[in-house]
Amino acid sequence: MSLIHDSPLNIEQIERNFRDIAPALNEAEAVLESNRCIYCYDAPCTRACPTHIDVPSFIKKIASGNLLGSARVIFDANPIGATCARVCPVEVLCEGACVEKTLMDKPIEIGRLQRYATDFVMQNERGVLTAGTPNGKSVGIIGSGPAGLSCAAYLARLGYAITIYDKKPLPGGLDTYGMAEYKMSQIVSVDEARQIERLGVKFRLNTEIISNTKTEDRKPKTENQVSFEDLQSRHDAIFLAIGLGATNKLNIEGENLNGVIDALDFIERIKTRDWKSIPLGRIVAIIGAGNTAVDAVTQAKRLGAERVFMVYRKTAKEMPAYEYEYELAKKDGVEFVWQAAPIAILSGENGLSLRCEKTDGSNQVIEIACDMIIKAIGQQKQHSFLSQIPDVRLDEKGRIIVNTETMQTTNPRIFAGGDCVNGGREAVDAAQTGKLAAQGIHFNLMGEQVEFAGAKIPFIEKIHGEMPAITPAAFDEPAIPAEDLGVKSYG
Amino acid sequence: MADLSVNFAGIKSPNPFWLASAPPTNMGSMVERAFEAGWGGAVWKTLGEPIVNVCSRLASLDNGANRMIGLNNIELITDRPLDVNLKEIYECKKKYPNNAVIVSLMVESKREAWHEIVKKAQDTGADGFELNFGCPHGMSERGMGAAMGQVPEYTCMVTEWVKEVSNLPVIVKLTPNVTNIVPPGRAAAKGGADAVSLINTINSVMGVDIDSMIPYPNVNGMAAHGGYCGTAVKPIALNMVSELARDAEINIPISGIGGINTWRDAVEFLLLGASNVQVCTAVMHYGYRIIEDMIDGLNNYLDEKGFASVNDIVGLSVPRVTDWGALDLNYKTVARVNFENCIRCNLCHIACEDGAHQCIDFTEVNGLRYPIVDEQECVGCNLCYLVCPAPGAISMVRLDDGSNPTTWRDLTSRPPETMTGD
Repeated sequence: MSLIHDSPLNIEQIERNFRDIAPALNEAEAVLESNRCIYCYDAPCTRACPTHIDVPSFIKKIASGNLLGSARVIFDANPIGATCARVCPVEVLCEGACVEKTLMDKPIEIGRLQRYATDFVMQNERGVLTAGTPNGKSVGIIGSGPAGLSCAAYLARLGYAITIYDKKPLPGGLDTYGMAEYKMSQIVSVDEARQIERLGVKFRLNTEIISNTKTEDRKPKTENQVSFEDLQSRHDAIFLAIGLGATNKLNIEGENLNGVIDALDFIERIKTRDWKSIPLGRIVAIIGAGNTAVDAVTQAKRLGAERVFMVYRKTAKEMPAYEYEYELAKKDGVEFVWQAAPIAILSGENGLSLRCEKTDGSNQVIEIACDMIIKAIGQQKQHSFLSQIPDVRLDEKGRIIVNTETMQTTNPRIFAGGDCVNGGREAVDAAQTGKLAAQGIHFNLMGEQVEFAGAKIPFIEKIHGEMPAITPAAFDEPAIPAEDLGVKSYG
Repeated sequence: MADLSVNFAGIKSPNPFWLASAPPTNMGSMVERAFEAGWGGAVWKTLGEPIVNVCSRLASLDNGANRMIGLNNIELITDRPLDVNLKEIYECKKKYPNNAVIVSLMVESKREAWHEIVKKAQDTGADGFELNFGCPHGMSERGMGAAMGQVPEYTCMVTEWVKEVSNLPVIVKLTPNVTNIVPPGRAAAKGGADAVSLINTINSVMGVDIDSMIPYPNVNGMAAHGGYCGTAVKPIALNMVSELARDAEINIPISGIGGINTWRDAVEFLLLGASNVQVCTAVMHYGYRIIEDMIDGLNNYLDEKGFASVNDIVGLSVPRVTDWGALDLNYKTVARVNFENCIRCNLCHIACEDGAHQCIDFTEVNGLRYPIVDEQECVGCNLCYLVCPAPGAISMVRLDDGSNPTTWRDLTSRPPETMTGD
């Protein structure tokens, strides 16, 4: 069965469907919105931001007409601030914490203001970050996603020679290949990588790192393959920002039938904006109910699928996607099949059929006739790659174990951040781990303690009573005591 | 519905809202439209020897996204021929006999000049004169406007000249560009003025274009100081109005002017002793139509408070204005944070910390951090209450029982031995 695009929509309509969901503010809007911000002290938005951008500061700079300064505040705490302005789940982070939300359910549009300030410098190619004087040290970064880019930017500011290796032809990782197109087109994330490249960071794209080269068949065969050992000899430290791997398997009959695809592959195809080349069924079923599932299902609908089903083995309440993503899916006309666990995918005359067993206790078997099935049930860990890296320990879930302050792994010269450490979180979380890793690497290699903007929540000193607990920067597993890792604890 | 009609120094108008002498009263067609909209009276744009104006003329003070919280101008008095204005005043008054039309005048400081213009203008059927002793720009360089109002002797003298020939009530419009408003007020009364009006505009440089480095408003690369008015000047005007209202030697009605946008502003002026009010900048911003809510809001306020006439509230707050030395030193309030309304913006904390007395700390309630006032340290200054954006989040709570009021005057008038130190 072929999945040639048979969208009833014309290109103009599809383009309309994929317009920015949170469009750029114009000057009048930016002035009004920035002046609406009351300039909280020790602001809840700043606390809620995983990179702790000084939000009131950058907003007041917009209000005062200091856009350059505003962008500097943002990029200082988050080198991928333009990307995060668009893809952050602001509803549950900065804007969710905004006092104007508490007061009248109208938070300041922090994300769009952040976009306004960062657009100003990106469009004018005004560099706001400066590379440091070369310090003779070199760091290799595997993965050019948010964690890798962030770490590279901070280390470049400290004078390190940085090379980022990425197997994809474009930099940015999931920011470039995995974001819903109506949230951000890949130009933004690629531009942002270029901004970091201007700090002197080298990008080796289309390059695969191979970790287990002991056997002959694993040795690098082309110039696009580099062994991990080679990397270790080239660089003084290595930062692993490899993210996660392929989509999890369903392990059911028919999983490999034509017409069954991975959500991330589907989304990646959309990023080309070559609308008519994207495989699309007339009736599409998405398995899973996370944020990626919503990205896939809404985009299938926006591309022109007549009906889209979201199939989830639990109830709506247990759905892992954010509430506002669920709302978006509902608005886009997604039909939900709750408490249905896929048990087989069958090929039929008119396409596919997704057979599910109800988990509501009835054990009833239902079939959803469709001609395309998208799997969005989470990504696998890169276990086979990671298990071959010497002295890097993984936890039982396959995540790299790190010191959450320094992002140092159990191998003192290897650091790690982003999804491969936290198991899969937001780009902004990854950016923060890149920042912490840069500090950790610098301390490890140069013995100097630095603290970048937003590395920690800026606490008010004068406190009566207990402070609320800090949200861990990386993940909530107990961190390995620094002494056990042979590093001096600081910060 | 309360009675809004006012008899101001013998000038009757259906409500206390007059348009001040300014661009909105430049000509007959404008004043007539204003009366149609509901304005009770209008003080015509000042008549005198026709002048030539410059371009541009206005500049604004913005506050964040709020436009024009202050306005300044370097426009002079009317640039229209005297006989045209007089003819239109005559026609306007004939059409709107129940509305007040006041003729504003400004001529050079010669008795004959004042006599001549007063005689010409009072045949128009107008209800009164307003002597413009307040204009701070341009005309003052020629010895007119504020140059009169700043010298009490001149104020008195010219008022006397006008009264010699005027058979209409004479209002003297005062300039705020003086260190003390009382002497010019007394001088006007002494000269026989039937009323005073204040404030005229304040000397001001509105700002500078930081790219061209030319101050505003730009006249071919140059700028001159202008007259400042609008919302931001209201507190200055209220002070000056109340000072004249409190002065025992000044027993003539006051027309309040300066930053009046709404009925609320007007009520404040009336409470502090103005018998009517004049409005300009708000109309320049939003048009004559703003009068509708001014009348409506004032009516509702008077009804709610149980006043039958707007005249009943004139001056009610004047006895509440006193000198600092007569304030009760034992009156004690403190700020209290009401957690259920607090949005945790911490503006109270930082304002108190850096701008007051370092008495707002933090406490934890249900896992959330809230500001809390150290009542031992709080001096009751109001700053936190003023900066708080959340209604009801901070209250100022009275702690003393009022049983022992003591003023600085009391303390300093006692024999020295009974004074306590500290």
